[in-house]
Amino acid sequence: MKILILAEHDNQVLKRSTHHTVTAATELGSEIDLLIIGSDCEKVAKQACLLQAVKRVLVADDTVYAHQLAENAAALVAEVGKQYEYILTGATTFGKNILPRAAALLDVALVSDVIKIITPDTFERPIYAGNAIATVKSLDGIKMLSIRTTAFPAAKEGEQAVATLQKISERIPNALSRFEYQALTQSMRPELNEARIIISGGRGLKSAENFHLLEKIADRLGAAVGASRAAVDAGFAPNDYQVGQTGKVVAPDLYIAVGISGAIQHLAGMKDSKIIVAINNDPEAPIFQVADFGLVGDLFKILPELQNELDK
Amino acid sequence: MKILVAIKRVVDYKASIRIKSDGCGVETSNVKMSMNPFDEIAVEEAIRIREKGGASEVIVISMSGEVCQETLRTALAMGADRAILVKSDTEIQPLAAAKILKSIAEQESPGLILLGKQAIDTDNNQVGQMLAGLLNWPQGTFASKMEFHENGVSVTREVDGGLETLFLKLPAVVTTDLRLNEPRYISLPNIVKAKQKTLVIIPIESLEVDVSPRQQTLHVTAPLKRRSGVRLQDAAELVTHLKKVQVI
Repeated sequence: MKILILAEHDNQVLKRSTHHTVTAATELGSEIDLLIIGSDCEKVAKQACLLQAVKRVLVADDTVYAHQLAENAAALVAEVGKQYEYILTGATTFGKNILPRAAALLDVALVSDVIKIITPDTFERPIYAGNAIATVKSLDGIKMLSIRTTAFPAAKEGEQAVATLQKISERIPNALSRFEYQALTQSMRPELNEARIIISGGRGLKSAENFHLLEKIADRLGAAVGASRAAVDAGFAPNDYQVGQTGKVVAPDLYIAVGISGAIQHLAGMKDSKIIVAINNDPEAPIFQVADFGLVGDLFKILPELQNELDK
Repeated sequence: MKILVAIKRVVDYKASIRIKSDGCGVETSNVKMSMNPFDEIAVEEAIRIREKGGASEVIVISMSGEVCQETLRTALAMGADRAILVKSDTEIQPLAAAKILKSIAEQESPGLILLGKQAIDTDNNQVGQMLAGLLNWPQGTFASKMEFHENGVSVTREVDGGLETLFLKLPAVVTTDLRLNEPRYISLPNIVKAKQKTLVIIPIESLEVDVSPRQQTLHVTAPLKRRSGVRLQDAAELVTHLKKVQVI
């Protein structure tokens, strides 16, 4: 089984979604190639060679791919991928942007958000915000999958390169779109997708300033900070904090939901966390139905107490 | 410029999901159905662009059974100008949907196609990207802001790390995210007016596109339920428990 993985990176480092996708790929076969599309991305290629399960690292390093825009990146994935039986990537905004376009160019379907590989052509995926799990059989010659990263552990990097590096000279210009600018949230805290502990706030926080209460506890625990859609819509937190069906799907060891009622859309993004803590003043809030530990009360009283207890 | 907006009729986002007893899917009869919320945002955006003079006509399209006329009428009541129903009695998968939209786009020549970034039933997040690929048009996915310039549009996208802004040449495909706008309420006079607007029904066979299924859903099950937990008294007790289970 020849498997191609589209790597996610920022021309500097390989994103962890790739490591999770590699693990999913090892369940399908052992001939795994990794495709890196970028510009000045030698560092990423070197790092990718350390992934023990990967046989070859294919690098398309050209200024036309600097911002990994879908128009030419998908065309390259389709061109390289047509010799493979599987094409995989992480189900992140990066993967979701590029892979469906590549699938259409290859005239094959794509199975989104795979959480389990049952047989080489049958997969499980959540539908209806995770309220149902569909078992789907792919009927295409090339099977394209986007991998829900929380469902597969991250593959380890070794000390020494095992994969061989191969350059791809195919240069596909993009006359359709161009990158203008980006506003990425800078944070010293771990990324939501990778954090072992996440503390998230909802509408109950009442303001952006009050999010600092969460940040202080997050820094004490080495946690990432998340938010519900309601909190992001209200402008309390930036969009990349959003956990839920349409934001990030996370599954940390500990998820602390503060002032979050627990709408279906939010639960879809965090209910696979190992331990869930809910802090809310409404004892009937649906979040308590998924919480291992619940505290009913005023969060503005409970959060400082929690901070104190943690500092003890 | 014409704007084409693709919409889908789905189980209402507030309705609770019941799995059919034979495990072949999710119950959709006797359940409240409505327009996919992301598509509602797409319709709203198209109407706002037209209201600002950026477009001449907003055409809404859906692919489903006869009953979907109701959803298209809702879009017309919001302010879309006319509607197309591509009538199909079987499920249309994302690649097939993209092929149908391509065929309609070739007939209508819109300058912009708007779609919700995903439908909240199948959660695929694929059709817009596939359509852009088939048409060889630029794509702006997960849009939270759009700004028109001569020959193009700047689209701000919600990505995992924050926000990214791209310039797309027109014609283009844009898929909408939650924060692009807040859809308007529909007034009674507009519901009445919508009944007079054109809604054309096209049998799917007449388009001569390959809509054969590429995936087969073998069965649908309920996810594992979490055990309900315990209510604690205060923060001190919480910290004790968290230490006991060794997560902090």
